[in-house]
Amino acid sequence: MSAALALGDDALVLSHRLGEWAGHAPVLEEEVALANIALDLLGQARVLLSLVGDEDELAYLREERAFRNLQLVEQPNGDFAHTIARQLYFSVYQHLLYERLAAGESEFAGLAAKAVKEVAYHRDHAEQWVLRLGDGTEESHRRMQSGLDALWRFTGEMFQPVEGLDSPESGVDRQALQSSWLAAVTDVVERATLDLPSGPQTGGWAAGAGRQGLHTEPFGRMIAEMQHLHRSHPGASW
Amino acid sequence: MAAVTADQTTQKTLGTASTAGGTGSTGATDVTDAAAAGHLAAFDAAVAADERIEPRDWMPDAYRATLIRQMAQHAHSEIIGMQPEANWITRAPSLRRKAILMAKVQDEAGHGLYLYSAAETLGTSREELLDKLHAGRQRYSSIFNYPTLTWADVGAIGWLVDGAAITNQVPLCRCSYGPYARAMVRICKEESFHQRQGYELLLALSRGTEAQHAMAQDAVNRWWWPSLMMFGPPDDASSHSEQSMAWKIKRHSNDELRRRFVDICVPQAEALGLELPDPDIRWNEELGGHDFGAIDWSEFQEVLKGNGPCNEQRIAQRRRAHEEGAWVRDAAAAYATKHAPARTSPRTPASAQTSASAQHVEETG
Repeated sequence: MSAALALGDDALVLSHRLGEWAGHAPVLEEEVALANIALDLLGQARVLLSLVGDEDELAYLREERAFRNLQLVEQPNGDFAHTIARQLYFSVYQHLLYERLAAGESEFAGLAAKAVKEVAYHRDHAEQWVLRLGDGTEESHRRMQSGLDALWRFTGEMFQPVEGLDSPESGVDRQALQSSWLAAVTDVVERATLDLPSGPQTGGWAAGAGRQGLHTEPFGRMIAEMQHLHRSHPGASW
Repeated sequence: MAAVTADQTTQKTLGTASTAGGTGSTGATDVTDAAAAGHLAAFDAAVAADERIEPRDWMPDAYRATLIRQMAQHAHSEIIGMQPEANWITRAPSLRRKAILMAKVQDEAGHGLYLYSAAETLGTSREELLDKLHAGRQRYSSIFNYPTLTWADVGAIGWLVDGAAITNQVPLCRCSYGPYARAMVRICKEESFHQRQGYELLLALSRGTEAQHAMAQDAVNRWWWPSLMMFGPPDDASSHSEQSMAWKIKRHSNDELRRRFVDICVPQAEALGLELPDPDIRWNEELGGHDFGAIDWSEFQEVLKGNGPCNEQRIAQRRRAHEEGAWVRDAAAAYATKHAPARTSPRTPASAQTSASAQHVEETG
């Protein structure tokens, strides 16, 4: 599996999910923020997919089983807390990963050096909202906890090795990455007066399922919508 | 996209702010009468000299009320206007187009924020204005009550709807009220960019496959007349125009701007290889402009009354987003109260940004 495809699909799919928020956010500032994050991720996806081939062919003409994104990023938005829980888990991971890649010598070093600035902002945005929702009202506390709990079982997948990403020159050590991630997430969750979920970090599938093209049911519907128009006009340019 | 239009002929003015330094209405004593007359004379002189009226300046109540109404409607149009385009974000046919569309919808939210802030300088609040929008007591542009049925509609909105908005808005950059004029300078720059992107989208379709060309033509057919309606009722039926022009809030009449827009669009349509759905468009040598067919004002009136294709859907989605987001705004406010002292401590730029945003949430919630 191409590591560029894995990273590119993560960004592409999460960007799509965030794009679904447009016009539905709880406050205007969040319309701007969520669209901003979605755009950053889409920009990253385009660079990464272009390393592999034609970005549109890859985005619009692959079947569900050929996508290599984490199951975490394909999860439906749910309520705002659910979206923020997904953002927390992913952006902390992505930030730590890109920091390491930027310091390493893989083909991703340059891209990661640029993207890490964007991702630091995404991470800050997620952390600030986890604090506000966790330590806000009773209802927001309950919803934030529920979002963290529901998505916890998709977090283990982030720490499965990805060929091409875990070489010595890339700068990535998955075990170190996992412990840094856990420490960072634990810190935010505790400051937000929430509890770190205690269940397993993987679901019934073998860990690394998304990376192997094994996705959850909502994903097929998501790409059906995403690909429909492009597929309806074979060979057209837009 | 944004559309400031003159289309609320029946809009009742709401939310008049208290005015500092006296009012222009009938005073109780001779002293206040004299003071008010002095204020009014100074205001009239400033407007006549093309000076900008600023938030702390005295202004007639009716001027304030008109501006609040118009700026609120303009802000609401940005916010409601996100919906027809956001409808296509998840289906955009290429990643490049998807990025452009997302950026555009994001800009619209930003324009809404500028405009609510500008309106707040008149003594109202964003919360109050949004409540009025949700209650159907303030309007947004009639154009957003039309559905986006195909991808080409995204291009037609960029070309025609943004084009009409720009034609309306460029003169507003010289509006007599300073905060509004300055907001418009920023907004017009971004709108022009959106308009070119919409044109370019349609050009790609027009020069694409037969099916793409047909899609583009169909979209232009559906958006052309509603775009002309964005300029508001004909001059002889426009109740606010005369006063707004005297105050230099408005610089040109509805019909004048509409004609200007048609003159701009005719050659652009030719360059696009698309037809405008009006057999009566022809060059008028004497006028130095184009004649065009009659607008169906009964349709316009129906849309204004709430009977357009998407009126209910648009306002329902807006209300739902607001209601479903209430717990989030409440949480931000509760958090801000609990952690109030921490906010004065020095912060990194990134977290200061988030903090400012949360504070705004608090004010809104």
